[in-house]
Amino acid sequence: MVTLMLCLGLLGLCYGASWASPGEVFAVLTGADHSVVISDWRMPRVLAGLVFGAALGVAGAIFQNLTRNPMGSPDVIGLDAGAYTGALVALTVLSGTSAQLATGSVAGGLAVAAAIYLLAYQRGFSGLRLVVIGIAVNAMMTAVNSWIVLRAELEVAIAAVGWSAGSLNGVSWDDLAIPFALIAVLLALMTMRAHAMHQASLGDAVAAATGVGLNRLRLLMVLVGVGCTATVTAVAGPIAFIALAAPQIGRRLAGSAGVPLLPAALTGAVLLQGADLLAQMLLAPVALPVGVVSTAIGGCYLIWLLTKEVRRA
Amino acid sequence: MTARLSAREITLRYGDRVVSTRLNLDVPDGAFTAIVGPNACGKSTLLRALVRLMRPEAGQVELDGRAVGDYAPKALARQLGFLPQDPLAPDDIKVRQLVGRGRFPHQSLLALWSADDEEAVTGAMAAAGVEDLADRPVQELSGGQRQRVWIAMVLAQRTPYLLLDEPTSFLDITHQYQLLGLLARLRDEGRTVIAVLHDINQACRFADHLVAMRDGRVVAEGVPGDVVDATLIKDVFDLPSVIVPDPVTGTPMIVPTLQGE
Repeated sequence: MVTLMLCLGLLGLCYGASWASPGEVFAVLTGADHSVVISDWRMPRVLAGLVFGAALGVAGAIFQNLTRNPMGSPDVIGLDAGAYTGALVALTVLSGTSAQLATGSVAGGLAVAAAIYLLAYQRGFSGLRLVVIGIAVNAMMTAVNSWIVLRAELEVAIAAVGWSAGSLNGVSWDDLAIPFALIAVLLALMTMRAHAMHQASLGDAVAAATGVGLNRLRLLMVLVGVGCTATVTAVAGPIAFIALAAPQIGRRLAGSAGVPLLPAALTGAVLLQGADLLAQMLLAPVALPVGVVSTAIGGCYLIWLLTKEVRRA
Repeated sequence: MTARLSAREITLRYGDRVVSTRLNLDVPDGAFTAIVGPNACGKSTLLRALVRLMRPEAGQVELDGRAVGDYAPKALARQLGFLPQDPLAPDDIKVRQLVGRGRFPHQSLLALWSADDEEAVTGAMAAAGVEDLADRPVQELSGGQRQRVWIAMVLAQRTPYLLLDEPTSFLDITHQYQLLGLLARLRDEGRTVIAVLHDINQACRFADHLVAMRDGRVVAEGVPGDVVDATLIKDVFDLPSVIVPDPVTGTPMIVPTLQGE
């Protein structure tokens, strides 16, 4: 998986309006040569694809663990849509600086998470109820987003729509420094609690009886999951389906118990970077938003997952 | 009789429904205690309160004179092992991995898996008779095998206390007796066992200390041979019966006189 990730990353550096050979790319990477196209244009995009993909994969794994349901990922239960709403508000009402966008999307994601939690909480915590309510909230937030875009001024609306599918077009180093740092902190926090998260998959009673502090663990999981989702959304828009598919694909490839984080992160990185390459190639020289490709891949995955679950039930 | 674990004047409620009011219970050390009573009499709730899964509204559960709520989660989990009725096995987990999860309270970020863990898991699987299943996925096991695997997980926790909520449900009669025999053996090795049991005859045969509950109250407790008579069974279960000595162990055996209708 790591090899595949590196290969796709290299391919991303090679590919573009003009093809650069792997040799040329290595020369730039090692500092022997200099190329603005590779180090300032393609490099940030490739790194964003890998890091954001990993962040989305981890966010998906976190929420699938939290809801104990393979459908319980942030894009399905409305966190992406909520983060996008927050970003849209920052864009239309405020002036839309990158700090405002980031704050807006984190606030939007947290608000949606809190709303779903309150609506779903009835004497305890049921994953299925949370997912069903999340799907409804997702539909509502999507409607709110369309309404905001329709009401916005034309230039703002065009920018917002292009972004709404989720796109890595034109990301630069300046856009990435803070998001990368945030994601690194969040992933480090989650890594420290991964052991407890897996223990919690034995059910609340066993987890608590073996010494897991469930309330604190859940709060941290929600914060990290929303944080990763919202950070990616603030920069690249709501990229759908990576968070849904990556944890489950990673789990099957790794053959591990439960829904572990590392395979989810690696698979997420491969999926997003792969989807972004496809997005650039399909209608070249027009670069599609990566969200279009990830949605197409995710749609196929979803059909497969549903038929499999139906057969099991 | 000494008791490290006890409930003092605890009041338990779910939302509006008060389950128990000012309940007292001393759990005798090193004994097999069975809690019996009709459905919804509050026996599972009491068990959950003992392991701190439920916080009493008033009163407290004490271990060594200290409220269980004051223990750090892992410190308490090194004392009290608990098996609920409906534990969840993660997808695709193998038996050995699941048993290993019982080691969680003994692990930390810096010491994830030690030789002690390895030894405890192997020992627990041997005690529960699941060594042969070690590499099998838990999902593929029969109900009886799965229950033994969960018992092994709690054993791997190596706690002086074992609390089990209806451990024999879903098992066929042979596996029920094997499981109760295993619990009695663990008691003989020095552990304190507390189990909610459905079958009162089994409780009388295997338990040293019987706690009979109804409507959230402890109606009677003591050695089964001393406390069980037809009046108690009528009071607790509304069931007319005669009590005869168990032909195998001599412990009380309840034979209901109800014949249909």
